[in-house]
Amino acid sequence: MPDALLRVEGLQAWYGESHILHGVSFEIGRGELVTLLGRNGAGKTTTLKCVMGIVGERSGSIRFDDGETVGKPSDAIARLGLAYCPEERGIFASLDVEENLLLPPQVKTGGMSLQEIYQLFPNLQERRRSQGTKLSGGEQQMLAIGRILRTGANLLLLDEPTEGLAPVIVQRIGEVIRQLKARGFTILLVEQNFHFAATVADRHYVMEDGRVVDMIAAAEVQQSLGKLQAYLGV
Amino acid sequence: MAQVALGLVNGAFYAMLSLGLAVIFGMLNVINFTHGAQFMMGAFAAWLLLTQLDVPFWASLILSPLIIGLFGVLIERLMLKRIYHLDHLYGFLLTFGLALIIEGLFQWKWGSGGAPYPAPIRGGTDLGFMVMPTYRLFVVVAALVICLATWYAIERTKFGAYLRAATENPTLVRAFGINVPRLITLTYGLGVGLAALAGVLAAPVQQVSALMGTNLVLVVFAVVVIGGMGSIMGSIVTGFGLGLIEGLTKVVYAPASNTVIFVVMAIVLLVKPAGLFGQTR
Repeated sequence: MPDALLRVEGLQAWYGESHILHGVSFEIGRGELVTLLGRNGAGKTTTLKCVMGIVGERSGSIRFDDGETVGKPSDAIARLGLAYCPEERGIFASLDVEENLLLPPQVKTGGMSLQEIYQLFPNLQERRRSQGTKLSGGEQQMLAIGRILRTGANLLLLDEPTEGLAPVIVQRIGEVIRQLKARGFTILLVEQNFHFAATVADRHYVMEDGRVVDMIAAAEVQQSLGKLQAYLGV
Repeated sequence: MAQVALGLVNGAFYAMLSLGLAVIFGMLNVINFTHGAQFMMGAFAAWLLLTQLDVPFWASLILSPLIIGLFGVLIERLMLKRIYHLDHLYGFLLTFGLALIIEGLFQWKWGSGGAPYPAPIRGGTDLGFMVMPTYRLFVVVAALVICLATWYAIERTKFGAYLRAATENPTLVRAFGINVPRLITLTYGLGVGLAALAGVLAAPVQQVSALMGTNLVLVVFAVVVIGGMGSIMGSIVTGFGLGLIEGLTKVVYAPASNTVIFVVMAIVLLVKPAGLFGQTR
């Protein structure tokens, strides 16, 4: 891919003694929406954390906008224009909804305004003075996504945004993700829920045991269903 | 009534010191046992500025916390930051050891006898029920203002939002692009500066001496435990409250006034182990 926004090559990662990633390679073009699929423990979340610089020990190459980020601390990586929405959502209990929304500093120009974010998630505006963790699971997820749209980051890393949510909320989050893609955000999405992933993504990378083992474009998904079922055990 | 008013003066120091401890503990997860020594350094800095350089009290009120706060920044950069990943015990050993070294050095240079610091405001103010030295009245008001300003800065400003968020989840705050290590250094500097500021305010009330912080800080740790570790409002309310209780005890049965705070501590810990304003984590 000539114009990749993110290019990961031979990425290895360790948590203490345990070797989690054994050479992960993939890339995402500008404006693309790509998912990392795989079973529990395949290394999807670790891969996201590596890209964000949160995993302590990592080697290999992660190039963002053609600059190497391995070896940089996570705050420096964030300021390049990456934003991270963790699986556990990471809503701060000691901050109210609006403080949560305004917490991540602007790293680049061109982020969405608070007003635009409230238009996207009207619930958040109604509850802007509530304690962040008093929101419902779906609202917390919207807050966790909304929070990273203001910063001007152009690559969003979303870790299982649909986990544990009711089907109508999952649908709503799907709509939001499509709107974000339409606005030009590049998105790397980690998902267990393949049916959800298939509705939004351009391409899927399949991970197994700390490696990327396959790549499936959206157009090939129908022919590859059998293969995918074997990979994901669904 | 007079004892109550004087209790408030003590309470003012308890509140300011436990506030600094709470802010530091919340962010660094280190109990700063050097706090008493840094309070003493604040008072000494003001005394040295006055006697050596003729710097007046009001200028020291700003200069001394700045100098001692910078000293705190150095301690954090050079030593404390190396032990965050270790057990609490190491934080205790380091900060307690530092306190002993600092107090030892001051004692060696200036002896244990106190040096007087002239009160910058003379005279008394008639409160109706008693005549209180105006300077002491000023201390109570100044401490209240400082405490409430600190509370406001932490609970209502952007900087405070960073602090609160980083206290909860430093990894995520850093992944948002905020330089958390620098935030931690700054927090320690501010906490130490607050101790020094209390020291400057205390200089005209107490004698300036190498061990002036040691006795005070013992009570302050009790205040922190009663108020709840890391709670901002808890520190302020408990600080003033315990000053009052101490004052009242002096009226009823003076010899008990030194122990009453520890009795309160024991009772609070029995009933509410996390402290009055603390959250169990």
